[in-house]
Amino acid sequence: MSDMLLHNGWELVVGLEVHVELATKTKLFSGSPNRFGDEPNTNIDPVTLGLPGALPVLNQHAVELAMRIGIALNCTVQPSTFHRKNYFYPDMPKAYQISQYDQPLNVDGFLMLPGEVRIGVERAHLEEDTGKSTHIGGATGRIHGSEYSLIDFNRAGVPLVEIVSRPDIRTSEQARQYVTELRAILLAVGASDAKMEEGSMRVDANVSVRKPGDELGTRCEIKNVNSVRAVGRAIDYEARRQIDMLENGDRVRQETRHWDDGEGRTHTLRVKEDADDYRYFLEPDLVPLAPSAEWVQSIKDNMPPLPAARRAQLSAITGASQESEAVIVIVERGQDDYIHAVVAAGGDASKALVFVQQAFADETAQPRVPAKDIAMLTVMERDGKITSTQSKTLLAEIVANGGGDAVALAAAKGFEALDNSAAEKMVDDVIAAQPEAWAKYCAGEEKAMGALVGAIMKLSEGKADGKVVTAIFNARRNA
Amino acid sequence: MASLPTTAADIAAAVSSGTVTASEVLEKHLAAIAARETDVHAFNLITADAARQHAARIDADIADGKPVGALAGVPLALKDNMCTRGIETTCSSRILEGWKPPYDATVVQRLRDAGAIMVGKTNLDEFAMGSSTENSAFGPTKNPLDLSRVPGGSSGGSAAAVAARFSAVSLGSDTGGSIRQPAALCGVVGVKPTYGLVSRYGLVAFASSLDQIGPFATTVHDAALVTEVIAGHDSMDSTSIPQPAPNLRSAVGQGVARMRIGRVTDLPGGAEPEVMKRLDDAFEALAAAGAEIVDVTLPSIEYALTAYYLIAPAEASSNLARYDGVRYGLRAPASEVNAMYGATRAAGFGDEVKRRIMLGTYALSAGYFDAYYGKALKVRRLIADDFDRAYTQVDAIITPTSPMVAFAFGDKVEDPMAMYLCDVYTIPSNLAGHPAMSVPFGTGAHKLPVGIQIMAPALGEVPMFRVAGALESAARGLK
Repeated sequence: MSDMLLHNGWELVVGLEVHVELATKTKLFSGSPNRFGDEPNTNIDPVTLGLPGALPVLNQHAVELAMRIGIALNCTVQPSTFHRKNYFYPDMPKAYQISQYDQPLNVDGFLMLPGEVRIGVERAHLEEDTGKSTHIGGATGRIHGSEYSLIDFNRAGVPLVEIVSRPDIRTSEQARQYVTELRAILLAVGASDAKMEEGSMRVDANVSVRKPGDELGTRCEIKNVNSVRAVGRAIDYEARRQIDMLENGDRVRQETRHWDDGEGRTHTLRVKEDADDYRYFLEPDLVPLAPSAEWVQSIKDNMPPLPAARRAQLSAITGASQESEAVIVIVERGQDDYIHAVVAAGGDASKALVFVQQAFADETAQPRVPAKDIAMLTVMERDGKITSTQSKTLLAEIVANGGGDAVALAAAKGFEALDNSAAEKMVDDVIAAQPEAWAKYCAGEEKAMGALVGAIMKLSEGKADGKVVTAIFNARRNA
Repeated sequence: MASLPTTAADIAAAVSSGTVTASEVLEKHLAAIAARETDVHAFNLITADAARQHAARIDADIADGKPVGALAGVPLALKDNMCTRGIETTCSSRILEGWKPPYDATVVQRLRDAGAIMVGKTNLDEFAMGSSTENSAFGPTKNPLDLSRVPGGSSGGSAAAVAARFSAVSLGSDTGGSIRQPAALCGVVGVKPTYGLVSRYGLVAFASSLDQIGPFATTVHDAALVTEVIAGHDSMDSTSIPQPAPNLRSAVGQGVARMRIGRVTDLPGGAEPEVMKRLDDAFEALAAAGAEIVDVTLPSIEYALTAYYLIAPAEASSNLARYDGVRYGLRAPASEVNAMYGATRAAGFGDEVKRRIMLGTYALSAGYFDAYYGKALKVRRLIADDFDRAYTQVDAIITPTSPMVAFAFGDKVEDPMAMYLCDVYTIPSNLAGHPAMSVPFGTGAHKLPVGIQIMAPALGEVPMFRVAGALESAARGLK
């Protein structure tokens, strides 16, 4: 584990708190739409605004999505309750947030990272989001020093699940992997669109350092970490800041810090002494949430395959590593089913992986091109009927047209790969025609190969396969 | 005009059959208001024009042969802490002055659907906190039976409206006795149904786990009728009991033969001797009507008042936090948001409300929670256990409703503890969530009315109304 230590033998300890907005049609406690990007203060109602007399009614679909998250994270789903978390803030309509406190819905799970690294998940509980404040005037964009503030209550009452990891993360890379994998899981189970840039997935990092074997150090909570990249950068910065303090003989102060992505540093948001006393108590307007065993079981029975299993499956049929970018990306996009369909239609799995990764980067889930069309293309390239350059051209055309018969398209364009005997004859012709380049190549000037292959391409009108031709030239030189 | 019916049941029958018009009935009540409201001050708002239009619509419907509801043409007064769409709802507080809700409370909708005609919104102790209606920001209501005395509270305006015949029936809310105590002091019937029997949607919350809406009426039968109309499941209130309204009118005349009625041998003392005399009379009357009187003990209820004055303020401190000047109601000018909160709440809330917010905030604070709020919840459990044991022996329990008859203005307003003691007999039912009601039963000191409280187990409205009907009959023969 020595590679996990920071300089001078410090160990990093990180726990992550991730808030995700659930992909429900309506809010957690009312019928207003849960929709991002609408005109401000249009998705509101008496409950959302906390009007006198309004009462919350729990959204069953939100509960179901929260349970899906818990089950995907190997949690125990348990009887739970809601509490009120009391504090004043202008975008908190009731001056309390309804959240789960000492009896959360999901507890004691874990998430596996590459290399069999197991990160504990302490809890994943339901709560409501706040409205969104925009502070106008003033330098910082924060409420203090602003001239006035605008509040949009569209987000107020949007269902959130807060997923709290145990402090099991030891490197910033693991933190990035955790967020990436969690995001993939959320997408796979359909619980959230998990867009960090739109705030539907928000990460707070609790960071501390210690010497291995020591008690946990004083932690700082880092907020405003809005991308996977920022997760790593913010943790690295914060760890360095804390180590510098400790090595200078200072003490780390427990506080909440704000990550400034532009400046690449964190700064103090509030210190622990300023912390509110939230005066939690059981929410009397709601009854306990105790999902029946049948309900939990039916969700378990209908869970979609999770990313790790899907990556393993994709890896097995394509031969690509589970941790390869192509496999990760395809599963994240939800296009692995499509690759399975291409293979089922007789296609070549490893070529399908490459084609789909390249051609459908802008699409999520299932591409609209019939799988058999892609299958035919992969087979033509695999069998050397067309070159990789030609297949790229055909792929682009098939995608643009939403489908197409690769054989007919290749014929129409006059695409055909040269067979090997024709290629060998061409190589010999080029060696004869360009003795100087050939001599340079034989003398070890590898870049002379460019001129030789270029000549072949010209001669064959692009029908030669560059890799095949290069191999023939090599064989001739080594003969 | 002298021949017009007076009870809700008779009015609805006469109006439905076309014997009298809703408009005639309404005008008689508006005339009573015109004659005495200046003295009594039952109302924060009189909605005479809207009432006349409503009455005319009902009369037109009847003329057209359209079906009308169970309360067709019945003049109704509504406590001013229930939301009425487009009609000012103040809770007798400066902080909500001028606020017009964009929605109707569920009870308001149900009463309108049944044909009841709202004549106005009645005065209350601010946010229903008090036992005399002296805590209203808009001045006290006077007891129609003796204008030098309080009507009780917090639903003093609703009790006075029925006692003065400004309306045939009215609605109040009862958190610790706020329907039953003013009913007793004004000599009318008042009902606090089982917690969850009547929807709280649109009732401005004081203490959510205790609040319950119920009717005032001049007869037990009318109280049963109104309870039937407003009871029954409402999907907008998560604590609403999922079952239809019970049939209560049929219980009223059933008598009490072979019922077991509890006499609490360890009842907290302090009631006026004339009040205790009436309780003895009530037991005598019930025994004469064939009931068996059984001694029971409720050892924990001596702690009920203390527990209540921790639980109710704790919930209130959270429920009233939303009155922050941000979205509606009063906003005091200030230079920044925290100062605005302080100035708004300082100017908008009266002393009793501030006292309870501070008490409740303290009881929920870190370090005090277990000793105060936590312990109060345990007492609440013990009281419920006491009742459960008692109800294995008896079908209902009777006690005085109030320890004293209507008292003079200013008698208790300087001494909060003396005022709190008004609710000593009513609070246990709220803590247990059980139904309880007050029935006028003779007079006490100064020839002022005494109310007898009937308590029953959860959803025990039928036995409760049986006892109430028997006491009402027996009261006619009292000296």
